[in-house]
Amino acid sequence: MTVSPLIGVLALQGDIKEHELALTAVGARTSRVRTEAELAQVDGLVIPGGESTTMSNLAIRMNLIDPLRAASKAGLPMYGSCAGMIMLAAHVTDARPDQQSIGGLDVTVRRNAFGRQVDSFEIDLDISVVGPKPFRAVFIRAPLVESVDSGVEVLSTLQRGGAAGTIVAVRQGVRLATSFHPELTGDTRIHELFVEIVRQHS
Amino acid sequence: MADQEEVTGTSRVKRGMADMLKVGVIMDVVNAEQAKIAEDAGAVAVMALERVPADIRAQGGVARMSDPDMIDEIINSVSVPVMAKARIGHFAEAQILQSLGVDYIDESEVLTPADYANHIDKSLFTVPFVCGATNLGEALRRLTEGAAMIRSKGEAGTGDVSNAVTHMRRIRGDIARLTSMSPDELYVAAKELQASFDLVAEVARLGRLPVVLFTAGGIATPADAAMMMQLGADGVFVGSGIFKSGDPVRRAQAVVQATLNFDNPDVVAKVSRGLGDAMVGINVADIPVAHRLEDRGW
Repeated sequence: MTVSPLIGVLALQGDIKEHELALTAVGARTSRVRTEAELAQVDGLVIPGGESTTMSNLAIRMNLIDPLRAASKAGLPMYGSCAGMIMLAAHVTDARPDQQSIGGLDVTVRRNAFGRQVDSFEIDLDISVVGPKPFRAVFIRAPLVESVDSGVEVLSTLQRGGAAGTIVAVRQGVRLATSFHPELTGDTRIHELFVEIVRQHS
Repeated sequence: MADQEEVTGTSRVKRGMADMLKVGVIMDVVNAEQAKIAEDAGAVAVMALERVPADIRAQGGVARMSDPDMIDEIINSVSVPVMAKARIGHFAEAQILQSLGVDYIDESEVLTPADYANHIDKSLFTVPFVCGATNLGEALRRLTEGAAMIRSKGEAGTGDVSNAVTHMRRIRGDIARLTSMSPDELYVAAKELQASFDLVAEVARLGRLPVVLFTAGGIATPADAAMMMQLGADGVFVGSGIFKSGDPVRRAQAVVQATLNFDNPDVVAKVSRGLGDAMVGINVADIPVAHRLEDRGW
């Protein structure tokens, strides 16, 4: 592909701008997606951080949940950070019963798994697929991945208090998800990885 | 091997939490039932308090932090973040709210101030704070004290959006002036704004606040929300406007839709239909100066 890919950012709620800046910094073009027509234009989709309960609610009210599911089924590359990870997960524990997700990522995710906002934190992670340099990761009322099906690649885990590694970054084919917010730190390596996934897919 | 040491309460974690609320509506609620209505309507967070500003205004008396039982009940009833208000300068109320596990504290002029000289030293807390401001200098002083989010004050409990407009335009205008100044003029600008030079220089470089800027105080209709978003707000606080109206469920949904679709008048028109009565409201101009909340905060 010669022109840079057009990456949509699901623009229902959350830190839309920060993802746009990170994507632009790694050479992608961006557009905001609020309608089915806008979704049809993009080569890949980022689902930003925000409140997953609200995002799910708005996707339903804006008649966008079915088009998003169809796009996911059709193999549109998608990356979700935090709330975006919850939106992509096939199973969500402890969500409101009416919370709806897009699916496409065969994992089970727990919402607010680390506690309330006072428990939000930042930490260095090893994410070898983006290079040896530690990745400063910001976790805000973050979800974690409780279990993954076969076919899902674990990209990073977090060691906490002697417990076995908690899964915080995964990839399954053209789907990528992180519990944390790379868009808040200026480290664009996760966005670079996603844009590369989109390029190879196109 | 990465340094696996987790750090809580950093500026990035506090400010980042506010980033997650953008393009959202935060609604005042006084019980679990209202909190659920707000969440169902698409509120991005709820503000737990005992009396909405319109009632504080009507009933008078000293307005304080809410009962911990009531805050707990709201925390347990919704999955969205829960905010609560502490009085200006009342650091012990803030300590209690942090201990209860609220996700954000609003050091708010809506409650009766506890200290007429000092605000809370918010840098000492793990929980993030939002504070009101009527102009850029006030916003930057709150940031120096450790606030991680700013909201324009408006005039709470009135349903009159005019002060919210004035304050948002003033903050944005103050920022625009800074961006047009040469570097040597920023020293005097910092003096005049009564704000830290480093912050003034940062705002001049960014062309915006280094934190999220919401709007508050008098927003009562979908059109009010759409206007404030077009004036540059990142999101909207609605206090009395929802639950003092004729049909809170529909109005809450409509304000959420108008905030998201603020740049699409067709959608705002559609959601503005059939909402029943808006809160009755008071013209700010009819409120004696001594009873105006915008002047609380220094």
